[in-house]
Amino acid sequence: MSKPLIREVPPTSWYFRHPRYLRYMAREITSLFIGAYCVFLVFAMHSLAAGPSSYEAFLLTLRSPASIAFHVLALVAALYHAATWFNATQKAMPIQLGEEFVPGNLISGAHYLAWAVLSIAILFLAGVF
Amino acid sequence: METISTDVAIIGAGGAGLRTAIALAEADPKLRIALISKVYPMRSHTCAAEGGAAGVIKPDDSFDLHFDDTVGGGDWLSDQDCVEYFIHEAPKELLQLEHWGCPWNREPDGSVAVRPFGGMKKKRTWFAADKSGFHILHTLFQTSLQFDSITRFDEYYALDLLVDDGRCQGVTAMEMRSGQLRQFHAKAVIIAGGGAGRMFPFSTNGAIKTGDGMAMAYRAGAPLKDMEFVQYHPTGLPNTGSLLTEACRGEGGILLNKNGRRYLQDYGMGPETPVGQPQLKTMELGPRDRVSQAYWHELQKGNTVSTQWGECVMLDMRHLGEKKINERLPLVRELAASYLGVDIVKDPVPIRPVVHYMMGGISTNTQAATPLPGLFAAGECACVSLNGANRLGSNSLVELLVFGRRAALSALEHIQGLPAANTTALNALAEETQQRIRTLFSRTDGTESMSGLRKEMMDTMEKNAGIYRTEEGLQEGVAKIHELRERYGRVILTDRTNVFNTDLFQALELGSMLDCAEAVTVGALARKESRGAHQRLDFPERDDKNYLRHTMVYHQGLDAPRVDYLDVVITKSPPGVRDYSGDHK
Amino acid sequence: MKERLVQLEVLRYNPDTDTTAHFQRYEVSCPEEGVVLDALNKIKETIDPTLNYRWSCHMAVCGSCGMMINGEPKLSCHAFLREYDGVIRVEPLAHFPVERDLVTAPDDFIEKLKRVKPYLIPKAPKPISEGEYLQTPAQLKKYHRFTLCINCMLCYAACPEYGLTPKFIGPAAISLAHRYNLDSRDGGRDARQEVIASKEGVWECTFVGACSEVCPVHVDPASALQQVKIASSIDWIKEHLLPGGGK
Repeated sequence: MSKPLIREVPPTSWYFRHPRYLRYMAREITSLFIGAYCVFLVFAMHSLAAGPSSYEAFLLTLRSPASIAFHVLALVAALYHAATWFNATQKAMPIQLGEEFVPGNLISGAHYLAWAVLSIAILFLAGVF
Repeated sequence: METISTDVAIIGAGGAGLRTAIALAEADPKLRIALISKVYPMRSHTCAAEGGAAGVIKPDDSFDLHFDDTVGGGDWLSDQDCVEYFIHEAPKELLQLEHWGCPWNREPDGSVAVRPFGGMKKKRTWFAADKSGFHILHTLFQTSLQFDSITRFDEYYALDLLVDDGRCQGVTAMEMRSGQLRQFHAKAVIIAGGGAGRMFPFSTNGAIKTGDGMAMAYRAGAPLKDMEFVQYHPTGLPNTGSLLTEACRGEGGILLNKNGRRYLQDYGMGPETPVGQPQLKTMELGPRDRVSQAYWHELQKGNTVSTQWGECVMLDMRHLGEKKINERLPLVRELAASYLGVDIVKDPVPIRPVVHYMMGGISTNTQAATPLPGLFAAGECACVSLNGANRLGSNSLVELLVFGRRAALSALEHIQGLPAANTTALNALAEETQQRIRTLFSRTDGTESMSGLRKEMMDTMEKNAGIYRTEEGLQEGVAKIHELRERYGRVILTDRTNVFNTDLFQALELGSMLDCAEAVTVGALARKESRGAHQRLDFPERDDKNYLRHTMVYHQGLDAPRVDYLDVVITKSPPGVRDYSGDHK
Repeated sequence: MKERLVQLEVLRYNPDTDTTAHFQRYEVSCPEEGVVLDALNKIKETIDPTLNYRWSCHMAVCGSCGMMINGEPKLSCHAFLREYDGVIRVEPLAHFPVERDLVTAPDDFIEKLKRVKPYLIPKAPKPISEGEYLQTPAQLKKYHRFTLCINCMLCYAACPEYGLTPKFIGPAAISLAHRYNLDSRDGGRDARQEVIASKEGVWECTFVGACSEVCPVHVDPASALQQVKIASSIDWIKEHLLPGGGK
């Protein structure tokens, strides 16, 4: 006899209900750019394999405004994604030393540090310094 | 009306009800157990208990000491055979909870830690930070989920006991979600419905603590015992009444009046102990009745602090330091910060006494049986006469475990070889409940508003049955409650729909509270002495000659109840002097 | 005590008389340090006895009074009026069927709680007479945070995954299972994995993190769920990739 009221969740617009859901969607959307950049890398390898002229043409397209815009966006997306990932590590991998837990910022901070060190190492190997 | 047949019906699914249900399920897996409660189990008020649970476990402690503390704390109104049983069962029950996963605080070696508590000669209070009741309730609830023989009826409001052939054989209850009445036919009924503190306006008790279980038994003919003993907890938040656990003082918090004086030393609990070095059973670790009464005297002398929330004294815990406060009193810190805007690490917090616990309740013996065959009771709703005239902090959480289990065992014994129930008679009784509810529901010529009556009841209880009482005030209180009970017959509902009608449930709860309030005021008027939590300005002394006995109040419909007495069981501790002056006399 | 005027817009629904829900506006005067629950109580007492909601302890421990306040899941006894301007919109907890007004049906959560076996399954059972299981303060601290859940279901109301995929076991239930898994006395992890490490368990969680943001007692369910994911992944790797199933 009782008819409970069901308040449906709108399947395509629920994330406008709260800023935290928008932040979540932003994080999820960054993965599209990461995916697109992977495709781009495959394409780069392919042109490299196809010979010098193909690679030259490829390098030329890299200088186009559209390409530069894509790279900037992909970089921002990658940075944002990485930051959310590093911030998550303290929740996913808490470390208990003796009785106390290691402060979460230290765990996330260690990831940022490792990231910086690795980046510098790669840049060094690439001959930037 | 739908009938649900069961072996044992338990009314109330808080600490006592859950402990009972588990004990039954463990004892006989084939038993059908109906666990009926007006709230989901984890909403029960056991969750709000903070400080801890007493049980002898450490080598420096002994059963005799726990016995003496309990009997002395209860001002010799405890039944000593009951206390004896209780203290021996207590550690077993607390260990049982440990085996079920309760996160008790620990010593560095991994054994259970204990803390000091008011009125206790030794450290014997097991604790889970300052959320002991919460953890006990959730441990019990979660443990109960593994027993399929426990059928829960969550959000069923129990109405009347079905008493036929001189024994209790069931209960009627309303499914709150649908408004439909059900009858439970049971071979035994166990009431674990909690206290009735909400009859007072200023109480640590949650909204659900309206004495429904007590009133149900009372109406069915079981006597209420020692109802005049109402415990004030000395340290409640002055605006919401929320409890700040006794552990605040156990850990070393001190009470100050407006002059910064530790005023307890002026009320037989001195001399002063060094700040931050609490000594057992003296000063701030005096028993609750004495500490609350000291506030009243300070108020009369004008020594209290005037705050925007009224007259207060100050509880100072700053010297405990942030680390200890966070580790042992996190809830207290959170409560004071949220509701008063006071950080206890940095400032003293204003507090005042607040109604906390009913020592009285449905009269039971040490087997948790009421005088009505087939009816058992445990927890705050029962008066097994463990707590006497004043309960010691940290005995009640253990009481609901020990006597919850005991009620289960007694009920099991009772249901062996019972004659078959006369279902026609039970159906007729259930029909009476149906009629009662229908009358209340469909009354259109009522003149009394529910919230109006409730306010008058609360004001009466506060004015006439508070920390200190007088003949004149109690006579007024008895007359007023009598009048309110009569006017309750004309109460009118605003809401006449079926689904989750809280207007209806609040009206029913008011009826329960009025029945309990009658027993409190009548018992208090009859007891012309001062003992424990019952203090009479006109009879300031304890009178063992006339009142070393329990007050038994019997329901007589709308007429004045019948008052009778029952002797206190004294086995080895004759009434003596309650001494809270510590070791340094 | 200073008072202030509070305006509330409350979702009303009575299945006996209504086919849809509607908002009703109330105006009451409340103490400035009061909470939304105080305003509701004042409304029920002085204006409208037909308004329905659950409450009991008024100290954020019984978990009865969860509702949506300005779109955020909150305990109404812990939603301070001083933190709100203008009209406060009060609705029943999201993602649960509404029985009436602000009262929702928690049946689904209760059923899930039971499924995750949230009780101690002892590693090495022993009788009470042999005393307590030893557990150091460090071992206690390892799981302690996850014992604090008051079952208020705010995390379910905040979790979009639960809203979209109701079969998701959800934050509070999985956190409780994890609490027992982490307990040094417990040996029941295998029995719980079947439910919590399933598709309907942690793998339905996409780590929105809303559960931890709204939890009134800081259980941090999101953390528990990610920990379960990692532990379950390690199980899988051991079983499928290591020689001898990692045994």
